[in-house]
Amino acid sequence: MWLFIIADTMTFAACLVAYGFLRNGTPNWPRPFHGVTNVALMTFILLTSSLTMLIGLRSARAGDKAGAFRWTMITAVLGIGFALLHVREWLGLIDEGMTMFKNPWGTGLFGASFFSITGLHLTHVTCGVIALIVVGVRYKGGRYNADDIEILGLYWHFVDLVWMFVVPLVYLLNLAH
Amino acid sequence: MTTAEQHKSTGIGKDLTVYVCLLALAGLQFVIAYQKIDASQMFTRMLAVAIVEAGLAMLFFMHLWSEKRTFLWFVVIFTVSVLLGMQYGWTDSFRMVTGAPFSR
Repeated sequence: MWLFIIADTMTFAACLVAYGFLRNGTPNWPRPFHGVTNVALMTFILLTSSLTMLIGLRSARAGDKAGAFRWTMITAVLGIGFALLHVREWLGLIDEGMTMFKNPWGTGLFGASFFSITGLHLTHVTCGVIALIVVGVRYKGGRYNADDIEILGLYWHFVDLVWMFVVPLVYLLNLAH
Repeated sequence: MTTAEQHKSTGIGKDLTVYVCLLALAGLQFVIAYQKIDASQMFTRMLAVAIVEAGLAMLFFMHLWSEKRTFLWFVVIFTVSVLLGMQYGWTDSFRMVTGAPFSR
């Protein structure tokens, strides 16, 4: 899992560096975000899901199967909440006329980079939620053990870690002042 | 990889402390976003906070701190080296805004 995480770090880093290059080199870069409520809520949910994942792992180590399953499912629910808020935000931006190729505020590169980076992250969250449900159910059924919960936890914390860079670079630096 | 059984059994207090620290640091990024400073200063401050957040998450949430020290240093040195290597093209993004001299 660590090798995958290191490789995935490079993927996200490459996307964020390319985004930074484009943002820095484009004079009319849009600043379309008027508020931070939605992204703050998304950040809170994702950080909290990391804590619930840890509690789930702690329960699994202690041999508390029901507790581990419950906290893993709570983590999955938080992940679903994050994804829904993300989709709602996307739909709001699409309603305002933003696509991959154009937007009403400036260069079309903004939409391409925004949807690519947040879409890649959302894909990771979605895969993580599916994995949480599958691993949680199989752990409860006795097919997986605490190590499997720990390995899945590594992935989930990584998704959280990436978000810590996406928020300032993609959202907060593009706030309309 | 260290197995789940090999990890030291510690209380949830440390996890909660790290969680609160991460929330506070995330909040700090939002505060920085509303400061009246130029974009490059804002970028530097936010990136610094994000790196601290990532470090905390890796060391304590991902239990890198509990792994063998050689593994920890392998991950840190390898990852940081590649991430730094990716920064070679930044000067060209300034050229795109300011034009020559680099392209001539």
